[in-house]
Amino acid sequence: MRYIPHTDHDIAAMLATLGVGSMDDLFAQVPEELRARAAIDLPPGKAESEVRGHLTALAEANPVSPGLLTFLGGGAYSHFVPVVVDQIIQRAEFATAYTPYQPEVSQGTLQAIFEFQSLVADLLGLDVANASMYDGASGTAEAVLMARRIVPQRPTVLLARSLHPQYRQVVRTYLDGVPGVRIIELPWGADGQIDAAVLEQSLDDSVSCLVVGYPNFFGVVEDVARLSDTAHRGGALLVTATTEAIAFGLLKSPGELGADIAVAEGQSLGIPLSYGGPGVGLFACRNRFLRNMPGRLVGETVDHEGRRGFVLTLATREQHIRRERATSNICTNHGLCALAATVFLCLMGKQGLRELAERNVKKSHYARDLLLQISGCRERFTAPFFNEFVVAVPDARGVGQRLKEQHIVAGLVLEEWYPELKDCLLLCVTELHTRVEIERLVKELRMKSEE
Amino acid sequence: MKNGKRGVLDEPLICERGSPGRVGYSLPADDLPERDLNQDLSRELCRETLDGLPQVSEGEVVRHFTRLSQWNLSAATTLYPLGSCTMKYNPVVNELVVRLPGFAQLHPLIPDDCAQGALELLADLEHCLAEISGMDAVSLQPAAGAQGELTGMKLIRAYHQDRGRPRKKVLIPGSAHGTNPASAALCGYEVVEVPTGPDGMLAAAAVEQFVDAEVAALMVTNPNTLGLFEREIVQIVAALHAHGALVYLDGANLNALMGVAKPGHMGADVIQFNLHKTFSTPHGGGGPGAGPVGVKKTLEPYLPVPRLVREQEGWRWSELFPRSIGKVRSFYGNFGILVRAYAYILAMGSDGLTRATRMAVLNANYLRKRLEQAYDLAYSTPCLHECVFSDESFHHTGVKTLDIAKRLLDYGFYAPTIYFPLVVSGALMIEPTETESKETLDEFADALLAIAQEIKDNPAVLRDAPLTTPVSRLDETRAARHPVLRWEKK
Repeated sequence: MRYIPHTDHDIAAMLATLGVGSMDDLFAQVPEELRARAAIDLPPGKAESEVRGHLTALAEANPVSPGLLTFLGGGAYSHFVPVVVDQIIQRAEFATAYTPYQPEVSQGTLQAIFEFQSLVADLLGLDVANASMYDGASGTAEAVLMARRIVPQRPTVLLARSLHPQYRQVVRTYLDGVPGVRIIELPWGADGQIDAAVLEQSLDDSVSCLVVGYPNFFGVVEDVARLSDTAHRGGALLVTATTEAIAFGLLKSPGELGADIAVAEGQSLGIPLSYGGPGVGLFACRNRFLRNMPGRLVGETVDHEGRRGFVLTLATREQHIRRERATSNICTNHGLCALAATVFLCLMGKQGLRELAERNVKKSHYARDLLLQISGCRERFTAPFFNEFVVAVPDARGVGQRLKEQHIVAGLVLEEWYPELKDCLLLCVTELHTRVEIERLVKELRMKSEE
Repeated sequence: MKNGKRGVLDEPLICERGSPGRVGYSLPADDLPERDLNQDLSRELCRETLDGLPQVSEGEVVRHFTRLSQWNLSAATTLYPLGSCTMKYNPVVNELVVRLPGFAQLHPLIPDDCAQGALELLADLEHCLAEISGMDAVSLQPAAGAQGELTGMKLIRAYHQDRGRPRKKVLIPGSAHGTNPASAALCGYEVVEVPTGPDGMLAAAAVEQFVDAEVAALMVTNPNTLGLFEREIVQIVAALHAHGALVYLDGANLNALMGVAKPGHMGADVIQFNLHKTFSTPHGGGGPGAGPVGVKKTLEPYLPVPRLVREQEGWRWSELFPRSIGKVRSFYGNFGILVRAYAYILAMGSDGLTRATRMAVLNANYLRKRLEQAYDLAYSTPCLHECVFSDESFHHTGVKTLDIAKRLLDYGFYAPTIYFPLVVSGALMIEPTETESKETLDEFADALLAIAQEIKDNPAVLRDAPLTTPVSRLDETRAARHPVLRWEKK
């Protein structure tokens, strides 16, 4: 086996050193009745070329661009990834290291995470960001748990119903079993933003936090400044959750608008779709909540000779020290994805991220305008959006089916996730979509909806 | 200058590099007619600047991160013997297959009929993991080992809830990883520590004393963090089951068990797989990994959704599992990691996986034998995939376990896991894995033996270590007392 170096000679020499007669003797501790049944019934090992062949066949059974034209968003986004990003994260020194327990020989990982924390804190407009979470959804659940630690006497959590449905589902799963907790979902208004009147009614002194998508699941840009005012007046914290991090290139940051904790999925920042994972959870908060933060943190310090260096710090919040009293059970981060996001943000830089975000706004609004010229297509929400929007199309499901035969996935049929949004499509248009592709979508959709 | 005298190039923070107006990106020409951005998104919604982002060229970015990478030791660079982390060789071909466009560019919300290759891969991976572990069903959703633990404990809670009440307590041995109690606590359970016996193992008779109708489960790692197989595991499981309690078997050390013993046969009700350990996916400097869970039939109804179901026309995702605990993350799991683990299982096959376990155990025992004259074994019980030494033999010299770890860096090796498990004084926990050759093990053992000699002859050199790394020992107290967690413009 090419991954295992032992020759028969090596094995014999090592067993002789051990003074042991056979390999089986090394497993004498394991009860015989377990060993007797342990054989693994799987095929024998394959050569590298066979592994490649098998996986290539599986991969090719999944049609992707350019054979299939898709306008899907909904928490995972197609964006341009500079080739440098993938080259850097494939460097074995980054990819095959682990959590930097020995900082003297892990400064590469540590400095990169420190840079990641700096960039994320800036993008999210908050004081401090951690070394990353698994993804946006579990990061949002951790934010809710954190809010509950900050104001433990308040059992109610307000979730915008326009928050990504899977994020809401994950929050519910994480909170299940937390004594006394109550989750209330807040509806959206006609414009697609959270219904302000219902929010006012729901906000009493039992509420620990309000969680809102920014932009929300429908791509709509919420009025975060007003929401934070309302939440703070009621003594609650505001948590924002962003699925499309490119939006931060243009939109005001959650921190600037008053959010106390901001979470985001960072997949858009240089990480491939990869069927939904791995991505990376961005997590930032105000300084005064630092000790309640979940996850790893890297801090700056000096070595014995006074040189700048970086270490894991404030570990007394964490499970390996605090065990059952830790702020979270999280033990790692998504380090390599955080590195990808860092390299991506460095390449795009101050100018590029803005330009990229503007291009997304332009392309998506161009597509929206053309789609609305089709008879029967209506704009579902009137509030501003970033690069995703909802269009009402008669028989959306049937139209979607017929477009798929033309190798176009026009968007997400929302009815499956929101029964009240019958005949609605959620479309996402990014910088990767060409004018020709957008116009092809519009043309085909016009034909199919008139069929 | 940092690093100047250490023989590697210095590198500032990226934000300290660059110049206003410099760029490292390119976008294709805009192919749309002109539009007024402010009409689409009003100015008041937009931020003023992105001042915190650097302004650097592509070449500067490559050089910056290439230099940083050179400050890391990694499993590719050297033996990285972190106990309980299973830092084995990460096959390069897996990096190639995961980047195939049909995997890398696949959108998670694509209709199922456009993802049949991915779904078939996932279904087969579920089958492989179930076969290796002797469990009945598998969920690939959890993102990491700790999230697998959380998922497993949620399943156990849902199971008890269905039978009337969730119960109150979870039993955990003192040698357990910290994520065990943290995960149990996150599910609302009170953690009760069960003492480890003088041989480093749990005794069924001792566990039995703690089991009552309020105990929801025992969380037990097997082999445990001392590298010891829990010899009474079958009796321990029986003691729990007799009171209607379940057993969560932490699969972190599954690398010691493949083809040797199946957790399912031990009676485990739920386990997690750390694909970044046993199944060779790169650790990434701290993730992403993957922490699938395997369960027995009794727990299957509670597994996270969506789940794969087979129909006439192929595989599809189904949410129709009303007793499911819900979801622990978005979409289906860390698919990119699952692809790598699947490629590894294909390459290894049943013969290769079994051999991996056998050679991992041989390697650990070999190191144990070579080191036991100079270092005190924490327990004399024979080990499986890792061996644990205490600071007993050098405690009186004033040298600490930390000093030995730092000195090892000067010899060109990463350090073992230290000060864990907590039940061993000044623990040094060494897991070489099966992918290290006898020669490398000998070099590593020679280094540790040389250090043992240095403790006798010249202990000062240990306290100053490391001497050859890009930075010397770092002031961790200062980092915690005065946290500087981001770069800010001076």
